[in-house]
Amino acid sequence: MNPFTTHTGLAVPLDRANVDTDQIIPKQFLKSIKRSGFGPNLFDEWRYLDVGQPGQDCATRPLNPGFVLNQPRYAGASVLLARANFGCGSSREHAPWALAEYGIRAIVAPSFADIFFNNSVKNGLLPIVLADDEVEALFAQCAATEGYALAIDLQAQTVTRPDGAQHHFEVDAFRKHCLLHGLDDIGLTLRHVDAIRAFEAKHHAAQPWVFASP
Amino acid sequence: MPGKTLYDKLWEMHEVSRRDDGSSLLYIDRHILHEVTSPQAFEGLRLAGRKPWRVDANLATPDHNVSTTKAERVGGLAAIADEISRTQVRTLGENCADFGILEFPMNDPRQGIVHVVGPEQGATLPGMTVVCGDSHTSTHGAFGALAHGIGTSEVEHVLATQCLVAQKMKNMRVTVDGELAPGVTAKDMVLAIIGRIGTAGGNGHALEFAGSAIRALSMEGRMTVCNMAIEAGARVGMVAVDEATIAYVRGRPFAPQGETFEQAAALWRTLVSDADAVFDRDVLLRAEDIRPQVSWGTSPEMVLPVDAQVPDPAREADPVRRDSIERALKYMGLRANQPITDIRLDRVFIGSCTNARIEDLRAAAAVVRGRRVAATVKQALVVPGSGLVKAQAEREGLDRVFLDAGFEWREPGCSMCLAMNPDRLESGEHCASTSNRNFEGRQGAGGRTHLVSPAMAAAAAIAGHFIDVRELQ
Ligand code: SF4
Repeated sequence: MNPFTTHTGLAVPLDRANVDTDQIIPKQFLKSIKRSGFGPNLFDEWRYLDVGQPGQDCATRPLNPGFVLNQPRYAGASVLLARANFGCGSSREHAPWALAEYGIRAIVAPSFADIFFNNSVKNGLLPIVLADDEVEALFAQCAATEGYALAIDLQAQTVTRPDGAQHHFEVDAFRKHCLLHGLDDIGLTLRHVDAIRAFEAKHHAAQPWVFASP
Repeated sequence: MPGKTLYDKLWEMHEVSRRDDGSSLLYIDRHILHEVTSPQAFEGLRLAGRKPWRVDANLATPDHNVSTTKAERVGGLAAIADEISRTQVRTLGENCADFGILEFPMNDPRQGIVHVVGPEQGATLPGMTVVCGDSHTSTHGAFGALAHGIGTSEVEHVLATQCLVAQKMKNMRVTVDGELAPGVTAKDMVLAIIGRIGTAGGNGHALEFAGSAIRALSMEGRMTVCNMAIEAGARVGMVAVDEATIAYVRGRPFAPQGETFEQAAALWRTLVSDADAVFDRDVLLRAEDIRPQVSWGTSPEMVLPVDAQVPDPAREADPVRRDSIERALKYMGLRANQPITDIRLDRVFIGSCTNARIEDLRAAAAVVRGRRVAATVKQALVVPGSGLVKAQAEREGLDRVFLDAGFEWREPGCSMCLAMNPDRLESGEHCASTSNRNFEGRQGAGGRTHLVSPAMAAAAAIAGHFIDVRELQ
């Protein structure tokens, strides 16, 4: 996984609540058996005026000028400002894959859907929860200021605004550790092989039917 | 010490170890796989030179991309017209063969939607931890199991370690007491719950459904309710074990038999929240207050009783909510204050892991019997949840009831629930759908989904617009 330590980047405001993973990456793009190639289809139905199909050259498709990601002032944005319950719906990890591939490194919102939150962390994409009024302030400033960039420091757990004001965010210790060091979860878990084996033996003795197959 | 909730008990039964940072390793009993969220996980295993920890914990079946038309199905894999879909279905087969995982391939009679197949086979048992790379894995919680959806990285993690790194969630209980009125179903109940607590209402919580109205539901009904826990933001939905649970499981292929079954059942009967257990959140609904529900917007919380009117954004004070109502009305092509019964349907879809079990098909068939689909409805589909559901329905003659009325009778799969296969809405079309998500574009770009129960979908097909199913009965 990509480590996340500090990141400073242009913010882009996506001003809608309950953005679901079907919106982040529509289903026709889930047919791929690869982990990459999703960036051009991020927010496909909002971003383009035509209906996207897998395998298309997105560079030649008509862009929706009204969609915020397409506005020139937000080109190259890497911090997504979002509203409540971002990433709800389907468990598709293609959603954080698409965001990361597009170039998003962090998402700031008042709340995230649980599965999306988890999937993001596993891909080095940092979901940051701030209070409603803090997010509101960022939205207002971002709209009012061209080139509005946020500086994120995971070690210090802070988001610093261009005006110098700082917001503190919470992150659990395990996820922070994995993100800072770009650690592979599976490798970490496999350090506990003995504990897993011991548990399995005990569990098997207590509930042998769990281990039976027809 | 207060008592334990069902979730507390299931968690404790599976906690391998707890770390100082508050995360735990949780042992996974059953892992179900399908073709969409697994290929990258198998690829990851291969790249790292890892093997599945316990092969027989896994069960796979393709569902999202498979065609549901007989013509395409009889030709097998080679006949899947969409090349990318074909590759995905083929890749699942190859991965299962390579790693020795049991798969019910496309034309196996046991193939179907993962969340229909698991319980039907007894692969989902009370007291188990069940995961799948699919958010509707909450369905399996109907058995007093701890079940939730995971992402692809976690699919790989479970394959390699039989564990998940997890953090214990909070406990939430939704109690529905009383008796549902005739014609009001489990689907209406869960839609009403989501309407009440919102799509983020269960975030961070494991949600137990309790109360006399939940107890009175069949296992199929409980699965419908737990299926949509995720639509209320809760990864986990659960119903405590009772005799209905045990009766359903008895005799299923993966379930223990004979003496072992009785031993298991004795343990399963303890899988209930203690009377003095404390929940972080408690919500109470009266079953008598629930009427047949219809979703009008682009989020499952945008739902109302069939006799209501579509909301008026002008009456919403909160600006973010007003904005979402306006956006949803525009997308759905509806006017403020329009009666729900004025919404005309272009297509009707009866299927999905929410409502494609035998009981759902019986309920729809009971409404349809002796009637005809309205001439203005372009297509009405019935897609059974599994090959076994289909065969059972055919034994009962339900296929004839649907076909005689002008419905299409399809092969099992996810179909128009998410339209990854050719079953989909055209832009602007309204669909009465028994599935679980009415997100923009979910059933096809520009498509307009209204979530309803199977009986309500059947009634809408007959009338050509929404109608209270009780008027037909
Ligand atoms: S039926 Fe729909 S919700 Fe259920 S698993 Fe298939 S696509 Fe997902």
